[in-house]
Amino acid sequence: MPFNRKPQKFNAAIKSVVIGSGDKTVTLGGENVLPFYAFDGEIKNGPKVGVEITDLGMEGEPESVKAYYEGAATMGEIAKKAAAMEGADFLCLRLAGGDPNGLNKSVEELIETVKEVADAVDVPLVVEGCKNVEKDSELLTKVAEVLQGRNVLVMSAREEDYKAVGAAAGLAYNQKVGAESAVDINLAKQLNVVMTQLGVSADSIVMNVGSAAVGYGYEYVVSTLDRIKAAALSQDDKMLQMPIITPIASETWNVKEAMATEEESPEWGNQEVRGVSMEIQTAAASLASGSDAVILKHPQSVATISKMIQELM
Amino acid sequence: MALSGIQIFKMTPKKNCKECGCPTCMAFSMKVAQGAMDISACPYMSDDAMAQLSEATAPPMKTIKVGTGDSEYTLGGETVLYRHEKTFVSKTRYAVSLCSCMSDEEIDAKLEEDKKVDYDRIGERMCAEMLYVNYAGNGVDKYVSLVTKAAATGKVLVLGCEDADAAKAALEVCKAGKPILNGANASNYEEMSKLATEAGVVLGISGANIDELHDTVEAIEKLGNKNLVLDTTEATIKETFATTVQVRRASLKDTDRTFGYPSIVNLAKIAQGDRYMQQALLSLFTMKYGSIIVLEEMGYAEALPVFGLRQNVFTDPQKPMKVEPGIYPLNGADENSICLTTVDFALTYFLVSGELERSGVPVNLVINDAGGLSVLTSWAAGKFSGNSISKFFKENVEDKVKSRKVIIPGKVAVLKGDIESKLPGWEVIVAPLEAVQLVKFMKDLQANGEL
Ligand code: B12
Ligand code: SF4
Repeated sequence: MPFNRKPQKFNAAIKSVVIGSGDKTVTLGGENVLPFYAFDGEIKNGPKVGVEITDLGMEGEPESVKAYYEGAATMGEIAKKAAAMEGADFLCLRLAGGDPNGLNKSVEELIETVKEVADAVDVPLVVEGCKNVEKDSELLTKVAEVLQGRNVLVMSAREEDYKAVGAAAGLAYNQKVGAESAVDINLAKQLNVVMTQLGVSADSIVMNVGSAAVGYGYEYVVSTLDRIKAAALSQDDKMLQMPIITPIASETWNVKEAMATEEESPEWGNQEVRGVSMEIQTAAASLASGSDAVILKHPQSVATISKMIQELM
Repeated sequence: MALSGIQIFKMTPKKNCKECGCPTCMAFSMKVAQGAMDISACPYMSDDAMAQLSEATAPPMKTIKVGTGDSEYTLGGETVLYRHEKTFVSKTRYAVSLCSCMSDEEIDAKLEEDKKVDYDRIGERMCAEMLYVNYAGNGVDKYVSLVTKAAATGKVLVLGCEDADAAKAALEVCKAGKPILNGANASNYEEMSKLATEAGVVLGISGANIDELHDTVEAIEKLGNKNLVLDTTEATIKETFATTVQVRRASLKDTDRTFGYPSIVNLAKIAQGDRYMQQALLSLFTMKYGSIIVLEEMGYAEALPVFGLRQNVFTDPQKPMKVEPGIYPLNGADENSICLTTVDFALTYFLVSGELERSGVPVNLVINDAGGLSVLTSWAAGKFSGNSISKFFKENVEDKVKSRKVIIPGKVAVLKGDIESKLPGWEVIVAPLEAVQLVKFMKDLQANGEL
């Protein structure tokens, strides 16, 4: 008997969400097959790769990342270099300095940085907050306002602050909203439900369903992604059909495999190569389970993952 | 193909004699179809029907064993495509590639490098378990000497060899270690299958495309050989992914028994010389259905992430990995040593205790009962709180330890005040965020005389 092909055809699809404006836009999602299952049906938009920069500039970055940005003195210049990275589809600015338990930069100061970055580049933009719910409610609302017309993705609206962030980004200023939940399919769905009840269009939502570095509770990330894609495609669950974006760099560069210096762990060898591999492998695993976009920071990871995606399309 | 109760009923003797414990043959057939009873419970089933039925009720994917002794590994035997449905049973294994085209110096250096990556992660040994020994067609003697060298490592060998003479000679020197002969294709399979069967080893089969692979497996099964693995590597990354996924899916979802075997994915072929791409594909194929993944180099950069990923993906989704709550004295700590507290999630314990040991500073590691969850997860779930920590210390620590200082994880710095108010007499010290920062932190505390 010859091999009998049984493609998994779904009568449902992931929504397509466009970010960016003018002739520089990027579409997230849109697929109606499982991740990279091009043998089941054509994949219109492959997954996308974003480059992360933070308002802290090059402070605390690995040497090799600093080397890539050499000569860039201002946030605008850093943004330009990031946008020009080989394999980059969009830029992600993370406002880490806003954290009240960290630098606690003021909203005004951060908004200046946001404007500087937005003015320097015309690529699609994602803006991430500082993870503190109170601060983000104010900060991200303001981000949505000052970037009107740029059609950016504002991350993130959570259970605690979706009313403020969702309303500003999704309703008042017509941006795209990132819905962030903590590695659980029910929580992800619930957030989409309440956000759409608030009036945010289901077509303006991108989900961040949580992430971790491989080896660090990553099994839950895999199962959450797998189950969401299954529900979206095989059960046509409309409240889980939003494309998924997964921040990778902010997870992988803090773990021991990437942080331990060669002095501390001589047998482990070159620190940079370890960090890059951690970022690449975590990104590849997330894409295999259904992320429609990943956010990375090392030029080597960005180039490799974007090439892997091209190879699989 | 799974059979229905009616189909099974047609094969029973229809005596309704009740000896199987069921009131009728029909009732028995329904039970068998559901998997609740075994066909052998009926003593009157014909041999022919038995053969047909045991074939039909056999597991969809065969379990294949390779290697011997401590290096024996089980491949395949999976029943599900996703880990949330049921636990995956056979971990992906990794093989570093060697080639008869390499010089002796290159080979020795590679074997030496390969030895270095061998470590423990949460109680599990991590190393590339196999060596892939490729024959470049440059002389049987050369190949045999390489195989001999590789066999001496004690690792399981995968012989990448489509030449019958070379394969025969190589098997002579290594068959006792139960290697895989990965060399059958559409044109040589009869000879190769004979060699593998005679040597008592597993045969690897490849095909120019998925259809040819299917046909060749069928042909080999007809010869009576079912001790097989399928090399799903094709010309490109895209085709390799397509074949690897479709083979696994056809066997588990569409019960195509011909494809019910473990797979080999050879990254040294589809991403030759590109270390970063191999890292990406290492992860991709660990997620999606590589039973053995061949790669050019398994350094720490490759190993640390992929073995973490493998450990995660192959854990039982129902059971969190926990350690026993209690006091763990480290580095010779006694009742006067300082306390440091964290949660009972096995991974957290492993990371934190590892760093504490490296610091060499005596410390009582106090593991709370936090439901086997990570620091922030248990905190968010209310299982690692000022209340729970102070209660645990009062009940389990205060009468055993005299020190009244406790270090808490930086991720729950907010708990400091709460613990201090609920645990009178104790001083709470907030540590940095990550375990990797502990060595310096502990040494600094010691140097400042704060212990
Ligand atoms: C996997 C996971 C889960 C798994 C649990 C797995 C487990 N065994 O813990 C599941 C899916 C069950 C889960 C559930 C929830 N989760 Co959860 N989860 C995660 C995830 C992705 C990884 C956690 C992990 O395993 N980390 C690895 C371990 C090793 O980390 P760790 O214990 O913190 O240890 C590190 C450090 O703290 C340090 N350390 C530990 N002890 C000590 C001590 C000292 C002295 C020092 C110096 C260092 C140190 O060492 C380690 C390495 O550096 C994180 C996000 C993330 N990327 O971290 C979210 C996360 C922790 N979860 C979160 C939440 C909110 C939840 C839920 C409450 C969601 C909900 N509303 O239901 C539930 C609660 C569970 C419940 N109700 O039972 C939030 C917490 C938010 C917050 N800041 O409070 C997080 C951060 C996700 C997010 N961004 O929102 N989660
Ligand atoms: S033992 Fe066999 S013949 Fe007798 S009732 Fe059961 S199935 Fe029928």
